[in-house]
Amino acid sequence: MPTLSSVLLEILQLILMLVLAPLLVGWVRWLKARLLARRGPPILQPYRDFFRLCGKEVVMAHNASWLYRSAPYLVFVFVWTAAALVPTFTTDLALSPAFDLIAVVGLLGTARFMTALAGMDVGTSFGGIGSSREMLIAALAEPAMLMVIFILGIVVHSTALPDIANAMMSGTLGLRVSFAMALFAILLVAIAENGRIPIDNPATHLELTMVHEAMVLEYSGRHLALIEAAGMLRLTLYIALICSIFVSFGMATPGAGAGAILVGLALVPVKLAVGGAMVAIFETSIAKMRVFRYPEFLAMAFLMGLLGVILLYISRGW
Amino acid sequence: MTSGISYDVAHLLGAVVLLISFALLVEQRVIALISTFAAQGVVLSLAALWEGWSHNIHHLYLSAAIIFTVKAMIIPMTLNFLVGAMKVHHHETDPGLGVGGALAIGISLVVLSIVSIFPIAPAVTVLTKESLALAFSVLLHGMLMMVTRRNAISQLIGFMSIENGLLMAAIGVQGMPLAVEVSIAFTVLVAAFIFGIFIFGIRDRVETLDIHQLDLYRGERH
Repeated sequence: MPTLSSVLLEILQLILMLVLAPLLVGWVRWLKARLLARRGPPILQPYRDFFRLCGKEVVMAHNASWLYRSAPYLVFVFVWTAAALVPTFTTDLALSPAFDLIAVVGLLGTARFMTALAGMDVGTSFGGIGSSREMLIAALAEPAMLMVIFILGIVVHSTALPDIANAMMSGTLGLRVSFAMALFAILLVAIAENGRIPIDNPATHLELTMVHEAMVLEYSGRHLALIEAAGMLRLTLYIALICSIFVSFGMATPGAGAGAILVGLALVPVKLAVGGAMVAIFETSIAKMRVFRYPEFLAMAFLMGLLGVILLYISRGW
Repeated sequence: MTSGISYDVAHLLGAVVLLISFALLVEQRVIALISTFAAQGVVLSLAALWEGWSHNIHHLYLSAAIIFTVKAMIIPMTLNFLVGAMKVHHHETDPGLGVGGALAIGISLVVLSIVSIFPIAPAVTVLTKESLALAFSVLLHGMLMMVTRRNAISQLIGFMSIENGLLMAAIGVQGMPLAVEVSIAFTVLVAAFIFGIFIFGIRDRVETLDIHQLDLYRGERH
């Protein structure tokens, strides 16, 4: 039975993710612009864009079905729910015992499925090509993600995120090579799943290379606002997920006092800002990859994950 | 199960060497192969340094110095000189197996080496077994690279990485005399120069580094 405090913390977590997501994206965009010696938009620009889009009229194709209309809401709800499950400042969340890491990946997968369906719904060629590429990336990224889950599951004996974070914070696991592999693998998967630069460029509408933008090209008004918000939430979710597994220090554990929770809360923006800065620096230092090279990129992630699992078995001496 | 930071770092460095050998299998550009090989040498010398420091074996410091000088400096510089002298283009590729094939066979070789090392070495510690298994995988990857590559320079790098696997085994198994390591290192250095001369020879006669062209001259293919 979830306690009252864990329910309150869960609500706080939901609000925190929603509030921080546009800030994180604004920070990444601003930093990227600064790194390219441009002035860049203000950090608060994503909030303004969101409210501007919400106030605009929705323009839809005549042949758009109910699927096209409901997809933005579903995508947003799925991603937001997934974001609520990732421990950021405390591991004492009401919803966490009900969902584990596999459920988080599943929710994100469902959101992606809805986006791909919506991309094909109106029948434009860009939507179709975007959906097809998105499914290619998903099919290649999921096995790598599964390997990461295996590594964590074998070591921690649990796939629940709070258990993983607690085990990592306890400091008894040591410095394992499999974790390094898992970290690499999850970083590559996160880049692919979020459509960041070597895979997809979030800042362009160049028809030959776009993936995510191609799927949502037809959306406008509040639908577009929701889709973009879901994208921002997904980026925040992945950075928070990686932090909760690999840099989990400072999180409040169940039964901790208000002080520990405040420390955890104060550390969340710091961790996200560092993660966002790393994204920005990485993106400015490399070029977009050809579509045909996606399998290589994600095969590397899968290889890391698989090697991590194999090395874990060696180190246990069978 | 051994624990502690000494074990973890040794394990980590061994795994990085193995990862770099995967990178050698997958990398297509001939020029990039040389830098990847140099990186493997650097990590290998770090592994020797760590092993020497953590087990207090002083001659491993010398091994580390030899590995660093030979593997990370002299051989890559020689290869770069060869590449420069042959005017190998920056985009010249040697596809090998392709990513999928290289990863599938590479992973199978890792599993093979684990399965074959673990039963024959029951008495030694886990770390020794592990580093032997990793070293054996690196060695097999080097052989795989020699079998699958077409370009003479990438085959040469495959040969050198076989030797990296040997050195890795030598570092992991305590008690290998320094004399053996020194002689291995210098044999390989000599081999590098002989290979270099041969590669020049091949290029002069056949005007390519693609060794499959040699089949034509042997009459095996028409």
